Amino acid sequence: MSKTKTSKTVHLTIDGQNVEAPKGAMILDVTPGLGVEIPSLCAHPGLEPFGACRLCVVEIQKPGWDDWYKQLVTSCLFQVEEGLKVWTNSDEVRQNRKVVLDLLMARVPASDVIRDLGNQYGVTKTSYAEVDTEDTCIMCDICVRACHAIGRDAIASMSRGPDKYVDVPDKDACIGCLVCANLCPTNAIPFTANDNGKRRIWGKEFDLVTDERSGEVLGTTEYIEHVRKRAEDKGLLCPEDMKHESARVKRYGYAQKLSHVADVEEPIEEVK
Amino acid sequence: MTSSNGKPFGSVKNLLKRAEKILKERKKLKQEIRVCAGPGCIALGAKDIHKELCKQLDDHKKELEAAGLELNVTLSEKCTGCHGMCEAGPIVTIEPEGTFYTGVKPRDTKKIVEKTLLKDQLVDPLLYQLGHHRGGGKVKHYADIPFYSLQLRVALRKVGVVDPTNFDDFLAEGGFQAFAKAIAEMTPEDVIDQVEKSGLRGRGGAGFSTGRKWRSALRVKEDRVWLICNGDEGDPGAFMDRAIMEGDPYSVLEGMMIGAYALGATDAWIYVRHEYPLAVEHLQMAIDKLTNAGLLGENILGTGMTLNVRISRGGGAFVCGESSALMRSLEGKVGEPRAKYVRSVEKGLHDEPTVLNNVETFTCVPAIIDKGAEWFASMGREKSKGTKAFSLVGKVKHTGLIEVPMGRTLREIIFDIGGGIIDDRPFKAVQTGGPSGGCLPAGKLNLQVDFDTLADAGAMMGSGGMIVMDDHTCMVDVAKYFINFLIGESCGKCVPCREGLYQLYDLLNKITNGEGKPGDLETIETLCHTMEVASLCALGKSAPYPVTSTIKYFREEYEEHINDGVCRAGVCPKLIVYHINDDCNGCEVCRKHCPTNAITGEKKKLHVIDPDLCISCGICKSVCKFDTIDIMSGGKIVSRDVVA
Repeated sequence: MSKTKTSKTVHLTIDGQNVEAPKGAMILDVTPGLGVEIPSLCAHPGLEPFGACRLCVVEIQKPGWDDWYKQLVTSCLFQVEEGLKVWTNSDEVRQNRKVVLDLLMARVPASDVIRDLGNQYGVTKTSYAEVDTEDTCIMCDICVRACHAIGRDAIASMSRGPDKYVDVPDKDACIGCLVCANLCPTNAIPFTANDNGKRRIWGKEFDLVTDERSGEVLGTTEYIEHVRKRAEDKGLLCPEDMKHESARVKRYGYAQKLSHVADVEEPIEEVK
Repeated sequence: MTSSNGKPFGSVKNLLKRAEKILKERKKLKQEIRVCAGPGCIALGAKDIHKELCKQLDDHKKELEAAGLELNVTLSEKCTGCHGMCEAGPIVTIEPEGTFYTGVKPRDTKKIVEKTLLKDQLVDPLLYQLGHHRGGGKVKHYADIPFYSLQLRVALRKVGVVDPTNFDDFLAEGGFQAFAKAIAEMTPEDVIDQVEKSGLRGRGGAGFSTGRKWRSALRVKEDRVWLICNGDEGDPGAFMDRAIMEGDPYSVLEGMMIGAYALGATDAWIYVRHEYPLAVEHLQMAIDKLTNAGLLGENILGTGMTLNVRISRGGGAFVCGESSALMRSLEGKVGEPRAKYVRSVEKGLHDEPTVLNNVETFTCVPAIIDKGAEWFASMGREKSKGTKAFSLVGKVKHTGLIEVPMGRTLREIIFDIGGGIIDDRPFKAVQTGGPSGGCLPAGKLNLQVDFDTLADAGAMMGSGGMIVMDDHTCMVDVAKYFINFLIGESCGKCVPCREGLYQLYDLLNKITNGEGKPGDLETIETLCHTMEVASLCALGKSAPYPVTSTIKYFREEYEEHINDGVCRAGVCPKLIVYHINDDCNGCEVCRKHCPTNAITGEKKKLHVIDPDLCISCGICKSVCKFDTIDIMSGGKIVSRDVVA
C-alpha cells in the first residue's frame, strides 16, 4: 500500500461554491462568509458541538455515491471531507427544518425568537398541540454547557424526554455571572442585572462589586472570587494577569449573542 | 473450582488436563436431572423442586446403605439456566434420554425419582402434550417437541445445559476449549480473521460486522483498548441476553476473553441492566471463580495476558443500551448519546479506544473459534450468517426463548415453534425489534427473517424481541403503547425525538379517543419522516417505526378510527360500547359485578347496560358465563367470540 498524502485542508462544495476548509472542521464552522445561512440554536463557537436542536441540518453527498443519493446530517457535527458536496437550503432540508420549528413552536409558543424563525420557514401556526406555558426554554443545553465551561457546573438538565428541564440543583455553585442568561438563544432565563447594587438570577440574590475609580460594575462578589481563584489555580498571580483573566471570563460572559437572535450592537435585554 | 490442588491453573495444559479429568468422572454418571432455574421457573417453585429432589436422592442413598447395598445407579442433579419453554414451567429434564417433564411440583419429585430414575418408567401426567392440530398425544423427549426440534442453538448452546454457578460443569461441557485454542494455537490476527470470516454481525440490533469492528480497533495504535459487553437489554418482552447471562455466564466471559486476547485489551466492563439481579449474581460469581482459577487477572494461564473484568449496573434507562450513552453512563455521567463522527473504536470510554459488543455476540465467539468460521458461516443466509435468539411473547401458545438459523420464516417461528396463536384465533401482526421495531402483518408471514429482510419490510431485527398479536389487538393502540414507552425512555437531548414523540403520542391519543381529524395521518407521516432522518441517535431515528409500519400495513384501521369512530378490535374505550344481547338469561352476575352500577335488570329477565354510566372496564364480559355481552363499535359487533 502506498502512503496516502496527508494534507491539512480539504476541498468541498457548499451550494455549488468551491470551498477550501481545514481538515476536521465542521460544516457549520466553515459557512460564515459564504453567504449561505444555516440556522442553529444550540451551537456556540466557544462550546463543543452538541447537536440538540437539529435546525442546522444540511444534505450531503460523498464522492462515489449514486447521483440520486443524499444524506441529511447536522452540519454542526459533520466534519468536512475531500470532495464532499453540501446543500444547505434544498427542499428536503427546508422541510425538516420546518418540522423542527413547528415542534418548537408547539413547545414554546411564547418565544418570539422561535416564532420569527418559524415564519421564515413558512410556519405561522403550529400544526401540533401547543403546550400551555410562558416558558421559552428549548433544552438546547447551552446554559448547562457554558456553566460547565466556566468551571461552575451550577446548571444541569434534569429528568428526561419531554419532561426534561433545566435547573440549578446546587444554588451555592451559581456565581451570578449571567453567562447562561446571555447565551440563551430564546431568552428563557429571567434575571435582573443591576437593581441598586443587587443582581438576581436563578432565585438567588448577589451583591455587585463596583470599580471605585470608574464606577463600572465588575460583577458579583462570587464572580470576582471565582475569577481570582481560577487565576490563582493557573498560577496567574500578578495583577496584570488577573486583569486579563477577568477580562477573558467577562468577555465570555458577554459574548455576542447568536447572530439571528439579536443584533450584536443592541444592549443585552433584561428579561422580567 | 481451581486445579485439583487448589492452586490456579498455571498453563493451558493444566486447564485441559483438568477438563479431561472431570469428563472422565462424569462418564461414571448414568443419569443427570436438570431442573430449570430460570426466573420464570424459580417463580413457580423450581428451587423447592431442586431441594426436594436432593432430599429424595439422599433418602434413596441412605436406604440402600442401610440395606448394605451399593448404589446401582449414579445420579446427579443440578439447577440450570432457562430451558426456553417458560410457558410450561417448571421444567425438569433427565439426560441422556432427554425426558422432558413440564409443570413439575415439589411433590412430583418422589415419583420422578422412584419411577423414572430407578425403574425407567415415565410419569405420564408430567409429559408434554401436543396440541390437537398435531394430533394431541404425549411426548416423552424434548427432541420430539417441535418447539425444540426446529431450533438450532448456538448462543444458547449451554443455557439450560450447564449449572451456571459451577465452573467444573462448564468445563465438562466443553467450556474454555475455544479460549485455550485461541491463546495457545492462534495469533490475535487469526482470531479476528476467523470472526470476520464467520460473518458474525452484532446481535444488539445494528448488525455491524464484529470482525470488522475488531479489526478497526486493532488499527488504532493506542496503549489501552477497553472492551465492553452490553447487557443492558431494555426492550419490553426481550430476555435473550438475560437468559444467557443468567444461564451461561462463563460463555459470555469466554467470548470476552477471546476478544480481549485478539484486541490486546486489559480492562473490560459488563454493563448489566439494573433489573437483572440474578444475571449480576451469576456473572460476579463466574468472574470471582475465574480470577481464583488464574483465568482472569494478571498472567492468565502463564501467558502474560492480563484481563480484568468488572460489572456495572445500569440505572434503568433504556437509552443507555445505545453504545455512546452506555459509555457516558459508565463514566458516571448522564446517559445521553453523542454524535457519531467520533468513532468509539477510536475515542470511546474515557476518550480511549473502545470495542463494545452485545452479550449474544460475545457468546457466539467461542463457538466460532471452537468449530471454525466455515461452520458458522454455513448457517443462515448470504448476508446474515449463523443463528439468532428470539424471545417469543404475546398471543402465542409457546412463549419463551428460542434460537433459529437466520432465514427461518416468521410462519415457522410463530406457528411451528411457537405452536400458533392462543385459542387458535386469527393471527394479526408480529412486532419485531423491540419498542422501536415495526409490526408486520399476516402477508409477511413468509418473510425469511434476517437483518436485511426485516429492515426492508419496515421492521428491524433489534435485539430479537418478537411480540405476536391476534385479532383482538388494535394496531393504533399498539402504536400508541410503544410511543408512550419511548416517551419515557427518550433522553430528551434532540428536538425531533423529544418533541416529536410527545406530539406523536398526542395525535395517536386523539385518534384512539375518536377525536382524530382528516389530515392527522398526513401530519403523522410528515413528523415521522423528520424524526427518522433528523434525530441524533438510533433511538430517535427508529422511534417512529411502530407508527410508520402500522400505517403502512394497517392504514384502514387508522382511517376507521378517524373517519368512522370505529375500533374493529374492540379495544379503544372511547370508541366502543358494551351491549347485552338477547341470549341473556338474567343470571344477575354481571349486574352484581359492575363497579359503576351501569347494569339494570330483574332476575331471569334481559339485562341492559346504561352507556352513560358504563366505563368500558370489561368486567361484565369477563364474568358472563353465557357469552351474551358484545362489544359494539360503530353500530357493529366487533368482539363476539367465535365458539369453536
